[in-house]
Amino acid sequence: MTNNLVFETDLAAKTIHIVREFNAPIEKVWKAWTDPDLLEKWIAPKPWTAVTKIWNFTVGGKWLYAMVGTEGQKHWVYAEFTAIENGSAISTTGMFCDGDGNPVTGGPKSYRDTKFSTIDGNRTKVDSVITFDEEATIKMFVEGGFKEGTAMSLNNLDELLAAE
Amino acid sequence: MRSQSTACIFAVNQLQVNMRRDIFQAIADPTRRSILGLLALGAMTPNAVAEHFDSARQTISKHIQILTECEVLIQKKTGREIYYHFNPEKMKEIDIWLERFRKLWEDRFDQLDNLLNDL
Repeated sequence: MTNNLVFETDLAAKTIHIVREFNAPIEKVWKAWTDPDLLEKWIAPKPWTAVTKIWNFTVGGKWLYAMVGTEGQKHWVYAEFTAIENGSAISTTGMFCDGDGNPVTGGPKSYRDTKFSTIDGNRTKVDSVITFDEEATIKMFVEGGFKEGTAMSLNNLDELLAAE
Repeated sequence: MRSQSTACIFAVNQLQVNMRRDIFQAIADPTRRSILGLLALGAMTPNAVAEHFDSARQTISKHIQILTECEVLIQKKTGREIYYHFNPEKMKEIDIWLERFRKLWEDRFDQLDNLLNDL
């Protein structure tokens, strides 16, 4: 069965639209996206692992986790929940962090709106739109991917993660 | 999940990266995209470019300057005229970045598939 990944970009509008179908009922998919123990099991592509530091799943609450590389290097990922419709939608605002995982106020932000819906009776579609608030955000992806860090090869999965 | 931010991931040193212009800035503006489309067909002088637009020549000139700073246009002097050439290599940065970002999500979702099977 195909999972119909959609990955559409509109660079002029600074948005990325990602859609994916899962062969599981919506309750399970929702749980996998909202239970930090489960999130840690899939959010970091191998060989990276994810470690949650703060998880407060309420509007205004925060999620802070680190992606940890094989050599112990950490990339902090910070998000604040801005809207939650239980079982069907989550919105977050992502911000840059310093090396200790503290969000940098005034830095570039990204916004993500994710919707969950049932398809074919027992499958689930997840539909996400990521919006970048300024070119600087995308720019940092590029800088991160091309110029920063160590031993970068364009095929390096680490970088790919950095681009997250 | 959601999170994501993209962001934090780069941590401190990223914030110190200088704000040199880049390809994403080049294509963020509709007029600049039109200019790129025009110059992709062949090199032109700034005057020739400006003739294709209703905007003031100065405005077009500013756009050309930004595109040049982004390195998606290259200046070449021919006689007394400066011609602007399209630099397709620079545009590839967009594809490369996007492809990696797409791959990240693919890998992630594949892992989620496995997890869902076990739940």
